[in-house]
Amino acid sequence: MSDMPAAARPVRRRVITEEIAEEPPRATAYVCEAASCLSLQSHDITVRLGEVVADAGLGDVEIKRVGCLGLCAAGPLVEIAETGRLFEKVTPDAVGPVVAALADVKQTDVRAPQGPFFEKQLRVATENFGRVDPESLDDYVERGGFEALRRVLSDMTSTEVREEVTRSGLRGRGGAGFPTGLKWTTVAKAQGTQKYVICNADEGDPGAFMDRSVLESDPYRVLEGMTIAAFAVHATEGYIYCRAEYPLAVARLRSAIRQAQRAGYLGSGIMDTSFAFDVQIRLGAGAFVCGEETALIASIEGRRGTPRPRPPYPAVSGLFECPTLINNVETFASVPTILRKGPDWYAAIGVGKSKGTKVFALAGRVVNTGLVEVPMGMTLREIIFDIGGGIIDGRPFKAVQTGGPSGGCIPADHLDTPVTYESLVELGSFMGSGGMIVMDDTSCMVDVAKYFMDFCRDESCGKCTPCRVGTTQMWMLLDRITTGRATGGDLAQLEHLAAIVQRTSLCGLGQGAPNPVFSTLRYFRDEYLAHIEERRCPAGVCTIEQPAEVMA
Amino acid sequence: MPIRYARPSAPSDDKRWKIVETRMRRLGDRPYALIEALHAAQEAFGYLDDDALHFVGDTLGVPHSRVYGVATFYSFFTLKPQGEHTCVVCTGTACYINGAKEILAGLERSLGVTPKETTADGKVSLLTARCLGACSLAPAVIVDGDVQGKVRAADLVARLEAM
Repeated sequence: MSDMPAAARPVRRRVITEEIAEEPPRATAYVCEAASCLSLQSHDITVRLGEVVADAGLGDVEIKRVGCLGLCAAGPLVEIAETGRLFEKVTPDAVGPVVAALADVKQTDVRAPQGPFFEKQLRVATENFGRVDPESLDDYVERGGFEALRRVLSDMTSTEVREEVTRSGLRGRGGAGFPTGLKWTTVAKAQGTQKYVICNADEGDPGAFMDRSVLESDPYRVLEGMTIAAFAVHATEGYIYCRAEYPLAVARLRSAIRQAQRAGYLGSGIMDTSFAFDVQIRLGAGAFVCGEETALIASIEGRRGTPRPRPPYPAVSGLFECPTLINNVETFASVPTILRKGPDWYAAIGVGKSKGTKVFALAGRVVNTGLVEVPMGMTLREIIFDIGGGIIDGRPFKAVQTGGPSGGCIPADHLDTPVTYESLVELGSFMGSGGMIVMDDTSCMVDVAKYFMDFCRDESCGKCTPCRVGTTQMWMLLDRITTGRATGGDLAQLEHLAAIVQRTSLCGLGQGAPNPVFSTLRYFRDEYLAHIEERRCPAGVCTIEQPAEVMA
Repeated sequence: MPIRYARPSAPSDDKRWKIVETRMRRLGDRPYALIEALHAAQEAFGYLDDDALHFVGDTLGVPHSRVYGVATFYSFFTLKPQGEHTCVVCTGTACYINGAKEILAGLERSLGVTPKETTADGKVSLLTARCLGACSLAPAVIVDGDVQGKVRAADLVARLEAM
C-alpha cells in the first residue's frame, strides 16, 4: 500500500466550539480518585470538600477529581495545586486542614519541592497524573492533549511519524523492549488493506499496576497514542484488550472513548481530516497467558487464549490474519509526549540503548509503595531507597523482584546497577512491565521461587508440553525442598529441567518460567542448601518436616 | 461461509437474556463475540449455566464443545452459582509477601471452604485473584465488589462471620 498524502485531506466538519475563557480559580485541591485512594473512600472526600468549601463561601476555590498522585501508601491523598502541599491519609470527617490551606493560598504562591519521592521522578507517560480529571476530555485538551495528533494529521506523513518514533529510541514498555519504531515500520510495510492496532492492557504480572494506573488516570493519552500509531501504520480499527479485573479502568476508558468519538477525536474524519480510526474495548477473562500477543489475538477472536508459534508475527499476520500492531499501554502513553516535545528531547533521556523513562510500580516491603516514573539508567538503590523511602520498619533489604513470573530477584550487591533493559537481563532478571517488589529478610527466596512456579503452572495454557509438564514438575521439586523432603539430586534435577523448559517452551510464559529459579539459585544458593542439607528455612517461612530420627 | 441458522430463542422469558442478546447482536452475532457474550451472561446471571452456554453457542454458531472449552479456559468465568457474598483474596506477589497466605488460611479455617467454594449455607463464596493491581494496599481483598487494603486476617474473618 502506498503512503498516505502529506496531510490527510481536510473535510468539512462541524467546528468544535471553543471554550469560553473563564477566570481561573485562585486555589485548587486535587483529590486522588485512582483505584487505590478510591478504595479508601476518596470520592467521599471530594464531595465533602465541595460542601465545606461552599459553606465557607470560598467561591474562588476548585475541588477537582484527578488520577493517581503516586504515593499510594499514604492515601487518600489531597494536593493543593498552587503550593504543592500534600495531605496524606485524609478522611471525609477531617477535611478542615485542607480547607484552611485552600483559604490561605495567595497569588504569589509557588509550588514547593515535595521531597525525593516526587522530585527525583521524571514524568512523561504519567505527566498528567494527579493533574487532569480522567473523565474530562476538555481538561485533557487544556493540558496539551491531542496537540501531537493535530500536528501528525496536519503536518506530517506517516513515514515522518514512524521516523520520529524510531529516532526517539522508544522501546516496547510491555517487557521485551522491542524497538517501537521498527515494529511500526514493519506493520506499515506489511501487505494488506485492513490493518489493526491493539493496545495490550492485559497487565497480568502480579505486582505490576502501571497500565491500570495510566488507564485510570489519563485514558485519553492512550487513545491519542493509538490514533497516532494507526495513522503511522495505516490502520482504521483498534482494540484495547483490558483485564476484567480492572473495572474502574474499563469504565474510564469507555467514557473516554465515548467523549472522544463525540468530539471528533475518534471515528471518521478525525480532527476535520479524512483520517478515520475507531477503538473498541475487549475484556480479558483472567488468563495470564493472554498478555502474550498471539494468545491475546486468539482471545479477541473469541477463542481460548493459547499462543501459536511465530513467525508469522502479528505485524504480518495478526488479528483476523491481518497485519496488526500490538503495543503496551505505557508505550502508547509515551507517544503523544514524544511527538509534542520532539524525538531528540526523548532520546536525550536515559542511557545506552534504553532511552526515555520507565514507569515502575513499587510494592512489597518498601515504605513508599506507589507508582513512579524515572529516567532509564537510574540505579535500583535510588529507586528503592531515595524514592521508595527504604524498607518498612528499617529491616534489612534482601532482594528486589522485577519482571513478574518471568523475571528474577536481584540481591543487595547489585543495588547500584543502573536500570536498563540490558542490565537487568545481565543480572538474570528482566525489565518486564515494571513491577518492582521489594523483599526484606522475612521472605524466603526458595518460597518466592515456588510461589512464581505455582503461578506459572496454574497459568500455563497447556498447549506445549515443556511448559505444561515442566512447570508442574519444577513446582513439585521446589515443594520437596521447602518441606525438607529433598535430596541433593533434586537440585541438579531442578536446574536440568529449568534449562529444558527455558529452551523448548512455545511462548514467553514457559520460556520465562524458570527465571525465578535461576536467579534465586544464582544469588541465594545457600538458602536452597540450608533447606536441603540442614533441613531449615533461614527466613523461617517454610514449614519443614524434621526427619524421624531428629524427632525421636 | 458457515451456514447461518435461524436465531435461537432465549431459554426463558427472563428479561436478562435481552442484555445478552443485545451484546451479541452488536457484534454481528459472529463467533468472535463469544467471550463478550459470556461476559454479558455472567454479569446478568452471576454465573454461566448450561442454558447460557447453549444459547450463546447457538446464537453465534459456535459448537457447544468450543463454548465449554472457552468458558472453562478463562478463570474469570464460573459455572457454579456464587454465594450471597463474595470474598476475593488477592494472591499477587506484593500481597503474598505481605501475608495473603495467612489471610487465606484464616478464611479457609473459619469458613470451612477452600478457594472457589461456597459455604454450605450459601452465604459466602471464597475466591482468589492473581493480582488485583492494588499492590500498594497489600494485602488486598475484595468483599462484595469493594476493594479493601492492608487487611488483617482477624478483622476480615470477623467481618465475614458477621454476614
